[in-house]
Amino acid sequence: MPVTRRHFLKLTAAAAATTAFGGLGLGCAAKQKTAAAAPLPTDRIKALKPEWSKQTTSICCYCGVGCGLIVNTALATNRAINTEGDPDHPINEGALCAKGSALWQLGENDKRPKTVLWRAPYSDKFEEKPWDWAIKRIARLVKDTRDKGFETKNAKGEVVNRVNNLASVGSAALDNEECWAYQAMLRTLGLVFIEHQARICHSSTVPALAESFGRGAMTNHYNDIANSDCVLIMGSNAAETHPISFKWVTRAQERGATLIHVDPRFTRTSAKADHHFRLRSGTDIAVLGGMINYILANDLIFKDYVVNYTNAAFIVGEKFGFNDGLFTGYDGQKRAYDKSNWAFEMDAAGMPRKDPTLKDPRCVYQLLKKHYSRYSLKNVSTISGMPQEDLTKLYKLYAATGKPDKAGTIMYAMGWTQHTVGVQNIRTMAMIQLLLGNIGVAGGGVNALRGESNVQGSTDHGLLFHILPGYLPTPMASMPTLAAYNEKNTPVSKDPKSANWWQNRPKYMASLLKSMWENADLEQAYSWMPKLDPGGSNEYSWLALFDKMSKGQFKGFFAWGMNPACSSANAHKTRKALATLDWMVNVNIFENETGWFWQGPGMDPKAVKTEVFFLPCAVSFEKEGSITNSGRWMQWRYAGPKPYADTKPDGDIIALLFKEIQALYKKEKGALPEPILAATWNKTDKHGEFDAHATARLINGTFLKDVKIGDKVYKKGEQVPAFAQLQADGSTTSGCWVYCGSYTDKNKATQRDLKQTPEQAAIGLFPNWSWAWPVNRRILYNRASCDPTGKPWNPAKAVVAWNAADKKWIGDVPDGPWAPEEKHPFIMTTHGFGQLYGPGLNDGPFPEYYEPLECPVTKHPFSGRLHNPTALSFEGEEKAVCDPRFPFVCSTYRVTEHWQTGLMTRWQPWLIEAEPQMFCELSPELAKMRGIANGDKVIVSSVRGSTWAVAIVTPRVKPFKVQGQTLHQVGMPWHYGWIHPKDGGDSANLLSPSVGDPNTGIPETKAFMVNVRKA
Amino acid sequence: MNGKSFFVDLSKCTACRGCQVACKQWKKLPAEKTVNTGSHQNPPDLSFVTLKVVRFAEREDKGKLRWFFLPDQCRHCLEAPCKMASSVEGSILHDEATGAVVFTALTAQEDFDVIRGACPYDIPRQDPASKVMAKCDMCIDRVKAGMLPSCVKACPTGAMNFGDRDEMLKLAQQRLALAKKKWPKAQLVNPDDVRVIFLATEDPAFYAKTLMAQVDGSKRFANRRDFLAQILRPVKNMTSV
Repeated sequence: MPVTRRHFLKLTAAAAATTAFGGLGLGCAAKQKTAAAAPLPTDRIKALKPEWSKQTTSICCYCGVGCGLIVNTALATNRAINTEGDPDHPINEGALCAKGSALWQLGENDKRPKTVLWRAPYSDKFEEKPWDWAIKRIARLVKDTRDKGFETKNAKGEVVNRVNNLASVGSAALDNEECWAYQAMLRTLGLVFIEHQARICHSSTVPALAESFGRGAMTNHYNDIANSDCVLIMGSNAAETHPISFKWVTRAQERGATLIHVDPRFTRTSAKADHHFRLRSGTDIAVLGGMINYILANDLIFKDYVVNYTNAAFIVGEKFGFNDGLFTGYDGQKRAYDKSNWAFEMDAAGMPRKDPTLKDPRCVYQLLKKHYSRYSLKNVSTISGMPQEDLTKLYKLYAATGKPDKAGTIMYAMGWTQHTVGVQNIRTMAMIQLLLGNIGVAGGGVNALRGESNVQGSTDHGLLFHILPGYLPTPMASMPTLAAYNEKNTPVSKDPKSANWWQNRPKYMASLLKSMWENADLEQAYSWMPKLDPGGSNEYSWLALFDKMSKGQFKGFFAWGMNPACSSANAHKTRKALATLDWMVNVNIFENETGWFWQGPGMDPKAVKTEVFFLPCAVSFEKEGSITNSGRWMQWRYAGPKPYADTKPDGDIIALLFKEIQALYKKEKGALPEPILAATWNKTDKHGEFDAHATARLINGTFLKDVKIGDKVYKKGEQVPAFAQLQADGSTTSGCWVYCGSYTDKNKATQRDLKQTPEQAAIGLFPNWSWAWPVNRRILYNRASCDPTGKPWNPAKAVVAWNAADKKWIGDVPDGPWAPEEKHPFIMTTHGFGQLYGPGLNDGPFPEYYEPLECPVTKHPFSGRLHNPTALSFEGEEKAVCDPRFPFVCSTYRVTEHWQTGLMTRWQPWLIEAEPQMFCELSPELAKMRGIANGDKVIVSSVRGSTWAVAIVTPRVKPFKVQGQTLHQVGMPWHYGWIHPKDGGDSANLLSPSVGDPNTGIPETKAFMVNVRKA
Repeated sequence: MNGKSFFVDLSKCTACRGCQVACKQWKKLPAEKTVNTGSHQNPPDLSFVTLKVVRFAEREDKGKLRWFFLPDQCRHCLEAPCKMASSVEGSILHDEATGAVVFTALTAQEDFDVIRGACPYDIPRQDPASKVMAKCDMCIDRVKAGMLPSCVKACPTGAMNFGDRDEMLKLAQQRLALAKKKWPKAQLVNPDDVRVIFLATEDPAFYAKTLMAQVDGSKRFANRRDFLAQILRPVKNMTSV
């Protein structure tokens, strides 16, 4: 009995036909606490009628799937009375997981702080304060701190215009418009220490996928999983962490797809899989490298695809080499590579030399074959603990998708990203997908399951130290002018068939600068953009930021929509670091371990100087704006209830604060006041409140003067229709070029039309529902789903097809409008090809096996290099390698019922009821060895600390046979924290190490060493 | 019209517990204070304020591990033993149009042991304070308004289905035929006796001992033995397909 939303609305608008049972008092309703205050009918159906409540749509604020919601808000009280799934929404079709179903309790929760709270230095309590007092005080602190810490030039004398004593983390919990405005505020002030959730969840995805295909995002989208013939879930527990994705996994299974789960632990995902194969945490490159070896040794590649669309035929320069775990160009002192050694060999025309026969011993294909020939079943099995027969079964099943009419997809998440080889884990699979021709096709792709509802958007909008909005690299001190920046960051290709889309970068940078400072000339605006010194992740990323904080570098700190006291690896270090701050602004919904750190375990409030502001913010369905799911769908959310009590939307807080800072600089001047005074990005409405629509329009971009492009004249003030029309001369704004086209004559994120052409419907593209970046393209690299003449490899599941008569593509928005033979399909890579060989990463052009930085072995079969030689770590921090005190491998993970640090789920009674306490899952074998019974309290400890948990002794966890030895692995969720509930336990990140990937600095929280004993 | 029914395909349940929470959300039922007892199942059982609970059961046979999930709830029996066992007029209603079995506040006057004991699936629970009993009411308010029960609406994978009984029976047979290809022992649980028809992939006892009707009720029926022997007759006739 499908009920559409229209139907739902109609039904609830009609008189409720509940007479038979109305008024019987069914004996199971909760106490009607609000009965007196809210004149709502006790009949719940009646309460949904328009006389009593208004209906608004929203998108769930938890994981990155992007499920639609319907919120009913009582007219009398302006509070939500019911939230449930939107039956019209093509992703969830009305369904919701435990978290989504509990959303009502996120907003309607009397544990939400109602007012601003302020903690004086050395005080043992928070005091309630009015907003205007707090905003004034914070603006004053920002100004004083900035003026003291502002640096015009670095030690080398280069202009940097940055502030070194302020840092910010947050937030993927903000709407797109808020994210963009927040980064604009931070960069206007000169901050360079800008980080957020993306760093510690999927930062490794972006360079891995960008290096392989050109863009750093999930290639396909959730509905598309149903088109797959083989769904591989590895490094993810999708059934638990992205529950609604399983709607589409299940649909694929119903159509005959095989579901494979590769994971150390048997989870709710494994329970639904056709095959579950177990590997020791951290050995993914061994297992996947073995798959590459299997595919190549048995010649199972999709040859036409590999030859035409990947760089398999490229000849690599003579300087490239590999020996005993090291690529050429390694500098042991710097622990870094000189990547110029890995360049391709160019021909006379300046294009990479190729051998389409793939026979040249220096071609990528042959080098690849040689590199992975070491990844034999025996070697892979002995280090991963996966039996050889399981490996063969896995390889055979997955390699079978290398046929033109078959598609295999990968769904992965933190199980791959959070390692010191995180980027290369993902790279290995990206390469497999290229070898099997699974990129650009329906039911294929590399699907990064993003864990936060808007972490795709917050990444797109550059809330990270290394990227500005739209993946424009943050300017370096060595690039003094916009011209120098453009020269360094604009790739050149001599191949006329390479679209080399990033050649347009100067247009996007100019449009961004103009969106922040509309009235400044471009070079002036560029000079105001804060600049980085070399060092990258080692200097500026999350772990480095907290390391510097622990050494006292920062005076002021924003923890905006983030809870680093629990989410940060090595949480003890982070919590202690917070006490070095002079002041901290903590914007959040509930009390949390970050804002309240001075009350935490081991803290003496009287000894903590930090002045703390807690600013209570609205929840997702109390405000308006868009978010972007991991399938890149930008979806608009409407305001249902008014913000609770005296809480405010994040956007309002940003707008108020920046206005106050501007006023101070106008009055008093100070360090480089110009970018602050000239800023034009702070869009507010006539009430002075944040204007999400105006900001969304600015993100899209506007013509600043009449511009003629081709035959068409665009008028000053007109919205830019798409990023192809953006200009490098400052005549357009666009806050984030990948969103150009989202808000033109209409706000396309609000689109709710399920209409599709038959071609689109065949694979479920839903082009008229919301809007996807870029240019509403639903499947990236889709030109590669066709042969070089534009005919789909698999006509039954065509994504695009070239209509030669009409000279146009049909189906999805093609990845580039050109005729099939005109351009190579991977338009975002410099040469136009999918990259099996990726010379741009910091730890090698081919993924190589290394052990986690904390590991249970002293050697592995692939080389004499135990660890990633370029991994990020901090001097003086001990690590457990084959340490008898910490003999067990530990992974952190999530469960369906909680989310991240639990900040937005631990306060919901329905969710804490379902998963009330910290647990540690361990095998019956280990339990027996340690004398632990199921349900016992245990202490789990690492080099860095210890915490208690309830033991779940289960055959779903089993010991591994690694190099002939029995090895045990345990696992813990990271959802708990000392503040609430009091008997819930604390964060698993108290145990995890501050070591990270050399490309992005993502911490290695999925494989470290612990001990477990009975409490 | 043959009333309404649920069809619950357990082969598709991922234990996301969307149904468990959606039930509480719609009815605004309070949460219970729980602790982790070494299992993910929580609340540990049905209660006066938990009308739907997902049960988790692990089982290893010959090295093959299975994890069974059961979103447990009232079965809305065609001939409801609880109603037959009731002694207070109006305490347990059987809605003609839908077939929903609904407890009212009058259940406070019933003998709880008798009502609970009469249930072959051990569903009824009692509020210790008011003595009122509670169980799933099929979201009869929603159903009467043409909406899906909350739990069915929330289900992501198609495990839970709801509609006219004839359609559900048809769907159950279709799914059973498909399921048998993967799980030869797949079966529908008491489909002729209940309005919540589960498809189990293995022996129903692997999910929970109360998934299939309990034929041996002797332990529960110490009191009013004769009466109970009589009302249990239809239960004993329940068989699986």
